Amino acid sequence: MASQDEQDPRISNISSAIRVIPDFPKPGIIFQDITTLLLDTKAFRDTIDLFVERYRGKDISVVAGIEARGFIFGPPIALAIGAKFVPMRKPNKLPGEVLSEEYSLEYGKDTMEMHVDAVKAGERALIIDDLVATGGTLSAAIRLLECVGVHVVECACVIELPELKGRERLGGKPLFVLLSST
Amino acid sequence: MSAYRDKDPRIHGIQSKIRVVPNFPKPGIMFQDITTLLLDPKAFKDTVDLFVERYKGKNISVVAGIEARGFIFGTPIALEIGAKFVPLRKPNKLPGKVISEEYELEYGRDCLEMHLGAVEPGERALVVDDLIATGGTLCAAMKLLERVGAEVVECACVIELPDLKGRRCF
Repeated sequence: MASQDEQDPRISNISSAIRVIPDFPKPGIIFQDITTLLLDTKAFRDTIDLFVERYRGKDISVVAGIEARGFIFGPPIALAIGAKFVPMRKPNKLPGEVLSEEYSLEYGKDTMEMHVDAVKAGERALIIDDLVATGGTLSAAIRLLECVGVHVVECACVIELPELKGRERLGGKPLFVLLSST
Repeated sequence: MSAYRDKDPRIHGIQSKIRVVPNFPKPGIMFQDITTLLLDPKAFKDTVDLFVERYKGKNISVVAGIEARGFIFGTPIALEIGAKFVPLRKPNKLPGKVISEEYELEYGRDCLEMHLGAVEPGERALVVDDLIATGGTLCAAMKLLERVGAEVVECACVIELPDLKGRRCF
C-alpha cells in the first residue's frame, strides 16, 4: 500500500499490520481487515497518535464515528483531543430523537442516523471511519452534521481505496488518510 | 441507579450523564442511553480511567469488546493498558475464519463471532460492554474466549441491571 505520509516511520508498520482478505464479502472484493492492526498494540497506538497529532489543538469539539469500525478509532481520538464522541448509527439503534440520512449502496440504499441533540450549530467536527471506498457513508455523515449547522473540518480514515473516487464525493470536504490501497 | 465504588467522586458525574429513554426499543423497557455520557469529555474520560486504574498492571493482554457499544469503551481501555483489542461481532461481519457462539435472546437466538488466531491460549482477557442485562451476550463472549484457551479475568460494564440477574451466568 502507498502511504499518505512517506516520511512518517510509523506508517510502514501500520500498513503491514492490516490483513487483506480476498472475496469478502463477495467474490471480487479485496477486503481490508483492520482487526489485525488492533492486535498489534504498538501499531494501533501509532494509528491513533497520527490522527491525534493532526487534530489536537484545532478547536475540534466533535468526533463523529461511523458504526461500527468508526467506533474503534473514533473514541480514543476524541478522548485524546478532548472532544465529544458522536456515534453515527444504522437505523433504530439510537434511542432518542434522531435525524436520518439515506445513502446509496452498490445495490440499494441504507440509512444513517444521529441524535439531534448530540451536536450544536457552530461546532467543529471530524468524521472517522476505518476505510473510505465510494464515499457514500462519509457523505451521508457530512450531510447529517451540516444539516444542524456543524462545520465538518475533515474526514479521516485509516485506508482509502482511491480507484473508487470517494474523495470526490465529499462535497468539497477534505479527506485525510494514512494509507492508500490500489 | 446505585453506584458501585460509591466513594469514588467521579461516579456521580458519570451516572448523571447517562440518559434513560423510556419505552425503547419497545414499551416497558427503560433504555440506558450511554451516548449522552460520550458527549461529556470529562465524564467519558473518567469512565475509561476507572476501568484502566482497575486493570492496568494485571498482565491482561486482551480486551474483547462486544459490538457495537463495547467497542466505544473497550478500545480506549485496551490502548491504555497496553492490550490488544478483539472485536466480538454479529455474524458475517468478520472477514477471516471465525468461531461462533449462539446465545438466547428474549425471543429467539443470536450469535457472536470472534476471529480465530486473535487470541492465544493462556492469554488473560477482559470482556467489555456498555451494559449487562440478562448476561447472555457476556456469557457467549466468555465462552468464545475460553474455547480458544484464554482466561477471562473479568467482565466489565458501565451499567448493570441487577434485577435481570446477569451475574448468575458467571
